[in-house]
Amino acid sequence: MKYNKKILKHFLHPKNVGEIKNPDAIGKVGNPVCGDIIEIYIKVDKSKKGEKIIKDIKFKTFGCAAAIATSSMITEIAKGKTLDKVKKITNKEVANSLDGLPQIKMHCSNLASDALKKAIENYEKK
Amino acid sequence: MPLKIVDVKSVESENNILRKFPIFYHTNFRRIVKMKVVYFDNAATTKVDERVIRKMLICFNKKYGNASSKHEKGREAKIELEKARRIIAKSINAKSKEIYFTSGGTESNNLALKGLFFQNKEKNHIITTKIEHDCVLNTCKWLETQGAEVTYLDVDEKGFVNSKDIENSIKKKTLVVSIIHGNNEIGTIQDLDDIGEICRGKNVLFHTDACQSYTKTGINVKKQNIDLITLNAHKIHGPKGVGALYIKKGTEITPLFHGGNQESGKRSGTEDIPGIAGFGKAVKISNFKEVKKMKELRDKIINGLEKIPLVNLNGPKTEKRLCNNINISFNNIEGEAVGGYLESKGVYTSTGSACASNTLKQSHVLSAIGLSPIKVNSSIRISISKYTTEEEVDYFLKTINKIVNKLRKISPLIIREKSKK
Repeated sequence: MKYNKKILKHFLHPKNVGEIKNPDAIGKVGNPVCGDIIEIYIKVDKSKKGEKIIKDIKFKTFGCAAAIATSSMITEIAKGKTLDKVKKITNKEVANSLDGLPQIKMHCSNLASDALKKAIENYEKK
Repeated sequence: MPLKIVDVKSVESENNILRKFPIFYHTNFRRIVKMKVVYFDNAATTKVDERVIRKMLICFNKKYGNASSKHEKGREAKIELEKARRIIAKSINAKSKEIYFTSGGTESNNLALKGLFFQNKEKNHIITTKIEHDCVLNTCKWLETQGAEVTYLDVDEKGFVNSKDIENSIKKKTLVVSIIHGNNEIGTIQDLDDIGEICRGKNVLFHTDACQSYTKTGINVKKQNIDLITLNAHKIHGPKGVGALYIKKGTEITPLFHGGNQESGKRSGTEDIPGIAGFGKAVKISNFKEVKKMKELRDKIINGLEKIPLVNLNGPKTEKRLCNNINISFNNIEGEAVGGYLESKGVYTSTGSACASNTLKQSHVLSAIGLSPIKVNSSIRISISKYTTEEEVDYFLKTINKIVNKLRKISPLIIREKSKK
């Protein structure tokens, strides 16, 4: 599979890998198409303005280069943002931030944004 | 120009440069510094041997005639054509007249199966396995739309077909048993002697696709009772686009191509003399010394990989495995990701993972030997060649260890496995 520079960077040197001890919420999703699994851990805090923001975020991924790169990218995008903004992150945004994904790998970006949304959902259910 | 091969030490220093200056991850960088390429995808195709290229060059610019022409240039070409045919015939203990040149493995398999099916109106049953190459499976699927009945036999967990199953599947209408000799993904070598004997006993034709095994393990059409064999050049350091089909004397097939009646009418079209002469040369220079060396390196890789925790070798671990094939699943990580990291270190492999396929379809071979979908997705195939060196193997083993550790740290599955225990 031919990946661009930015995908390779996030794949070979992913950011925010791992778990958070005592996270505020976890989002887990599996992909029936290719068997990939992504877990996103979040820690939520209040900003000076009193809005809820993602203070810390980490991920673990079983998947291909694109799945790892999109996981890394989405954690970078979400970090420090308000929950309202994070909820609006689309899979297209993730793909664009990576300068585009191969068409057949677009489902990987869905998976990453789904995992993040699930984490926020789980947080809000609490 | 082939890339200059540099030693392992400088490969490491290049990786240090890459770490310090990630901007150089651009693939051009590798071309600029002429980074060493460790090519471990020889089951896909191989580098053409220099001696083969020399042979082919002569046929391109000196002996460029059409083998059907009656003048000197034509005769020159014809001599090269027949020389190659003799070499290939001899290598499988066949007669020259029983070798028909084609455009490669895919055409040979198509010609064998479709050719037999259309020739024999009274028999329509084909027996094959679930671990054939796509060009056999898809030909069979298409033939089903044309009125053929196909039995796809299961294989055991090492990829062997059970000869009892073959015997039991043969019926009155059975035309041919087509079984791959050396499997391209997991390296399993089927027992041709055994299958050939069953087919002869039951009076059905026996075809084998020997693209991966040719010149690596002995084939003897007389001893093994084989009626048709698919062979090709580019897996054995010959050119791409050339293959052959052995058809036992007296076996009739309907041709796929009609035209000038080249290849005794079984395959019309001007013969690709450079390719065919190159094919002959590749067969001529192949030898069992190289096979022995590959076996040693293969076993070194297998032993090295099995030292990594939670891995499974796919396919057999005996003499019944192709000398150049290793297929392994690393639990909890994805084969495509492993391949991607390996590529960043200059090592080229392939994977049965759905993620690496253009259709997101998993390897049908690994599924057929009973691997779970996750295990299939965790597999990589390493296929070495006569050019593989001990240094490359050492570099690979060192590199793969680090990669597996790194990816397992990213994987969410590993914790579950620990907590289960």
